[in-house]
Amino acid sequence: MYWDRECETMSREQLEALQLERLKLTIERVYRNVPFYRQRFTEMGIKPSSIRSLEDLRRLPFTTKQDLRDNYPFGLFAVPMSDVVRVHASSGTTGKPTVVGYTQNDIDTWAELIARSLVCAGATKFDVVQNAYGYGLFTGGLGLHFGAERLGATVVPVSGGNTQRQLMLMQDFGTTILTCTPSYALYMAEEGQKMGLDFKKMPLKAGIFGAEPWSERMRRQLEEKLDLMALDIYGLSEIMGPGVAMECAEKQGMHIWEDHFIPEIIDPATGEVLPPREEGELVITTITKEAFPLIRYRTRDITRIDPEPCSCGRTHVRIKRITGRSDDMLIIRGVNVFPSQVESVLLEFGETEPHYLLVVDRKANLDQLEIWVEVAEHMFSDTVRKLEDLEHRLRERIESVLGISARVKLVEPNTIPRSEGKAKRVVDRRQI
Amino acid sequence: MKVKQISIFLENKSGRLAQVTRVLGDNGINIRALAIADTTDFGILRLIVNDPDRAYRVLKEAGFTVSATDVIAVEVVDKPGGLAGVLAVLQEANLNIEYLYAFLQKASKAALVVFRVEQLDEAIAALQAKGIRILSGEEVYAL
Repeated sequence: MYWDRECETMSREQLEALQLERLKLTIERVYRNVPFYRQRFTEMGIKPSSIRSLEDLRRLPFTTKQDLRDNYPFGLFAVPMSDVVRVHASSGTTGKPTVVGYTQNDIDTWAELIARSLVCAGATKFDVVQNAYGYGLFTGGLGLHFGAERLGATVVPVSGGNTQRQLMLMQDFGTTILTCTPSYALYMAEEGQKMGLDFKKMPLKAGIFGAEPWSERMRRQLEEKLDLMALDIYGLSEIMGPGVAMECAEKQGMHIWEDHFIPEIIDPATGEVLPPREEGELVITTITKEAFPLIRYRTRDITRIDPEPCSCGRTHVRIKRITGRSDDMLIIRGVNVFPSQVESVLLEFGETEPHYLLVVDRKANLDQLEIWVEVAEHMFSDTVRKLEDLEHRLRERIESVLGISARVKLVEPNTIPRSEGKAKRVVDRRQI
Repeated sequence: MKVKQISIFLENKSGRLAQVTRVLGDNGINIRALAIADTTDFGILRLIVNDPDRAYRVLKEAGFTVSATDVIAVEVVDKPGGLAGVLAVLQEANLNIEYLYAFLQKASKAALVVFRVEQLDEAIAALQAKGIRILSGEEVYAL
């Protein structure tokens, strides 16, 4: 079953011809409309006419998250704001998010790709999709929402949180497809069990889980506890949002929709393109986006490409589960967290360089973030009230910067291990 | 009229208090009085010692987060209502007590109560006006 048989199953030759044609148009568009790219290309002696084959892609410079920040908020948009119908944003390290924009065409493409992705999970217009991804600036909620409507399914736009209500709606509305982060799905499963819900008697058939790393072990747990087929979805706001790649029922990796995105795997240290099947950093070039095209965007996600034909019949290559990051970003409860964000908060509170550690744990299937902060002399007070007040203020400030709550724990000086060279800022104890 | 108190930040881990006392003992510093305020994660150890400046230095060198705070030590008659009389004076003067702890003197019958207040000088004046004896730092360190 396909949503768009022609696009999903076209031959490699056709697909590559389409990619090249669209890549050329994209290069022309950014060269013409985005001064940042024109300047970069000019520095490297590249003109749109230099791109004659897909191989030429690797001659182009990378785009990084820092480039997005440097051009905050709309500097990399390739269309006038009058053509931008929506913006989304991801959290930023220093309080400034990275902003992305969409034309109506971009929104339509996105909805198409989500509809494709939903069909990968066996969804049809007869399904009830309970969308528990967060709505708002985060792309998860609205992205899934418009795609499920495009498919013609019944969407329950419940957003994240309020688990009791989620479970009530799931029963009362006869939810068949659940979309949320895998850890939240597990949490729902366990809360449901406590309430005496029997998921085997409920019509749930598939879960589309993404926005954070998960594993085969979690897949087994989810499938067993919720009695559904659990599939992985991949996306990032910079490229589009969810639906850049989606697993099919074969569960052998996520088909990256190559008629819209060109994936490459590079060595994160050297930037050199690696051959298929080798693990490295995923780099994506968008080839249909109008408002916010990106050339060779370094996702920082570590994975590999599996070019083997898939028995589902889709010809688009698959990327394997994301196994890590090439930077120090953490994904906690679906939210991107950089240790440098915590550092910036601590610097606001004290005049010296703070020593701190982010300790991440998963308890009852929910990510817990604890931030250990060494109490420097100037922060210390001999009254409990003042220290608790410090903890409280740190917690509030960190929550407003990270967008998630964290427990702040004051620790004695020199108790956070110093390492030679790069400081170790994260202890991730999650067993995913 | 002020007494220097040494405060130390301690995580709630076994052996930390023992370590503080060992550092002091190794350096020949005698503890006169001690109190701990604790929360789930951490405690604040407050000490009156015979040589606060040296105590501050050696603890800091041993890697502790230390601060020195001025407190007042008041002699309270060792009989029912003794402390109440002192507290009434502070209340009348509208002075808030951050914390207090008490210890007994070996020689006399009087108890000593250590007060930490925001407005130290006002507290001293109010107590002295009522004839309450406040000990000097030297007196306390030499106890």
